[in-house]
Amino acid sequence: MSGAGAGPAVVEALRAAAPAALGTLARRHRDFGACEDALQEALVAASQTWAADGLPTNPTGWLVTTATRRLVEGLRRDTARRRREELDARREPPPAEVAPGDDTVALLLLCCHPALRTPSQVALTLRAVGGLTTAEIARGLLLPEATVAQRISRAKAKLTEVGRTFADPDDDERRARLPAVLAVLSLVFTEGHTASAGDVLARTDLTEEAIRLTRRLADALADAPERGEALGLLALMLLTDARRAARTGPDGRLVPLAEQDRTRWDATRLAEGTALVTEVLREGVPGPYTVQAAIAAVHAEAGRAQDTDWPQVLALYDTLVGFWPDPMARLGRLVALGEVRGPEAALAALDALDEPGLRDHHRVPAVRGHLAEAAGRSDEAVAAYREAARRALSDPERAYLLDRASRLRTAGPVT
Amino acid sequence: MKFMILLHSNAHFAQRWEALTPEQRTGFGADHLALTRELAGSGELVASEGLADPSLARWVSTAEGSPVVADGPFAETKEHLAGFYLVDVADAERAEEIAARVPDAVWGLVEVRPVLDMSGWDM
Repeated sequence: MSGAGAGPAVVEALRAAAPAALGTLARRHRDFGACEDALQEALVAASQTWAADGLPTNPTGWLVTTATRRLVEGLRRDTARRRREELDARREPPPAEVAPGDDTVALLLLCCHPALRTPSQVALTLRAVGGLTTAEIARGLLLPEATVAQRISRAKAKLTEVGRTFADPDDDERRARLPAVLAVLSLVFTEGHTASAGDVLARTDLTEEAIRLTRRLADALADAPERGEALGLLALMLLTDARRAARTGPDGRLVPLAEQDRTRWDATRLAEGTALVTEVLREGVPGPYTVQAAIAAVHAEAGRAQDTDWPQVLALYDTLVGFWPDPMARLGRLVALGEVRGPEAALAALDALDEPGLRDHHRVPAVRGHLAEAAGRSDEAVAAYREAARRALSDPERAYLLDRASRLRTAGPVT
Repeated sequence: MKFMILLHSNAHFAQRWEALTPEQRTGFGADHLALTRELAGSGELVASEGLADPSLARWVSTAEGSPVVADGPFAETKEHLAGFYLVDVADAERAEEIAARVPDAVWGLVEVRPVLDMSGWDM
């Protein structure tokens, strides 16, 4: 990715080395923004040099040395002539010892700092921890490069303004701020997953990037108690991504879970995701990502849609809505309720929703259409699907809902 | 999330615009410029433009099988698009906050619409 033309081995090596290099630089020089700029230049240089000369024995050290040279050159340019002599002494970079340990967690916490808006957290994370170039991030997010460039430089300036430099987080800080990191990684995944029906060729694969970073975070958390939810998120991503090939039809149409060709699910990803979620559930009290992963794992276990263990799905949703107020969890629970207790019971529960934020959610009519169709109430289902299509926020979903309505209208009995 | 902030205009607004003093009009333009700069600075701006008068519009249709280009015979049209901001922001609240800063909002003719994406809920 970083550096077009460099082979996959080079790209993998330099992106694996990037966070440790940035951590080492930031510890030594304090100015995170300048270090990040210097590392970007070093990454570009590395993608050319390593492709030509082969991988260095110590990729992180190579990056630190090269970036340090850039930093010092920057300092020299910025400093008055009379200071040059003194600074010349610093021209040769100090031997590039790499700080021991893994800086991934500290870097992610810094990039997802609460002083930054979410879109900025996403962009900075992808660049500083993911090692993506600004152009690659812009392609991934379907944004002009200038917008992303500005987002990154503004984010770095904001961090300087609020006095945040790179530092090792203590346990409290890590515990308090890790949910923001997981939310950002989840958002990166969703951005990529969202695009899978769209113009895939033009996009950087943010799905793979999110999986890679989450895996890295879980590794770096080692024995920390937060590792469970990081693994839960990783499992959720793997299990969701496993369905990627099956969730769009040949014409780009959305295929709902019940109708997906399950032989097209990625068995390797399903197995890894299921194993991870099993491990986390054994270890302790699960968080929201782990429970969602567990739901996805139950679906993965069913060879056919009709074999789904819906009572277990419902029990997991009951757990989930207990500590995660997201409307999607509540609506998912209603779908499961419809499978276990019948569509009429779920429709009654849907009618009884009294929280305005939930009742007005744009996906409520889609769930109503699904339940009404299952209950044999075709007219109500058609009306709900059409209402859902009007309120849909995505093109594939709108097409799917209109299709659903017209199928019922032409083929279904009108009751 | 991307949002399109649409600035509508109509004959009534055009009349009020003509009644403004040159200073007021300049201030209006300066406020647009300042907002555009600010959004570019925060990394939220995707694009923003003001549109020329609708009398300059050409209407293109291929409904007859080959392209037909015509001047708009749509004198009865009550409202027309005068400009837009395409922004990428954290949430709808932020888009509404930006819309409230658009100078045209004093006329009450600013619309905020979500941009369709390619996501899909497969549950």
